[in-house]
Amino acid sequence: MDLGAMISEVMDWASDARNVVFLVIALVMVGAAVLVVTSRNVVHAALMLMLTLAGSAGLFLMLGAEFVAWTLVLVYLGAVIVLFLFGIMITRAPTGRDPVRLDHKRRWPAAAVAVATFVTIISTTTTAFRGAEIGEEVTSTDLLGDALFTRFVIPFEAVSFLLLAVLIGGIVIARRDPK
Amino acid sequence: MIVNQFLVLAAALFSLGVYGVMVRRNAVLVLLSVELMLAAVNINLVAFGAHLQDALASGQVFALFVLAVAAAEVGVGLAIIVLIFRNRQSANVDELDLMRW
Repeated sequence: MDLGAMISEVMDWASDARNVVFLVIALVMVGAAVLVVTSRNVVHAALMLMLTLAGSAGLFLMLGAEFVAWTLVLVYLGAVIVLFLFGIMITRAPTGRDPVRLDHKRRWPAAAVAVATFVTIISTTTTAFRGAEIGEEVTSTDLLGDALFTRFVIPFEAVSFLLLAVLIGGIVIARRDPK
Repeated sequence: MIVNQFLVLAAALFSLGVYGVMVRRNAVLVLLSVELMLAAVNINLVAFGAHLQDALASGQVFALFVLAVAAAEVGVGLAIIVLIFRNRQSANVDELDLMRW
């Protein structure tokens, strides 16, 4: 592909308003994710994860996955982040400005591995899905519930059993032994 | 919209999660990075689902399963971290060398 065709393709892509919205959300998400893994304040890291997940809920709305988006908002932004904040408080993780080291000393090998992972993933997946378009349709909760309770009912029950086991396991692990 | 833009974003988030898992010392922060990786997988699943438009909405169903399993993982993971902190007064992963030979 020569340069002119590439530029016109990019201009084509950017002329769609939805792609501009995607770009804004994606940049916010990546910036927040960088802060999750680099922030010196543990509470800020948890709140930045919240921002990243809110961005992904917005992307799910753009993709027509409304039920998944609102489930993400309820489960993650509502419950999991609060659980994390409790975990931070209970384990007395350093919440001020870096009283102890939060990171390992060897950052560069980890960064190299992360960049290698990124390059490997995008070089395989983007060539496999080159030119694949995303449909316009919005999936109704009706259809999703039908699929969950007919075709996917056994995995669904397995997940609910897993959640019960986790409920009991969490209590058993974290409580003090009565002596 | 094309599938590739979502794939690139998800790959970036996943790699940042990998970096966080390797570089963080505090166990709670390691769990936060794992959550980042799971969010990237969810974006991929929903984008593929929107591309395929199948009658069963498989992409979204599996995204819901990933959500449930991730919530379970956080519950048990934080319980274990609280227990380790209670026993050893520290939640740093590089000080947990009890089973190291």
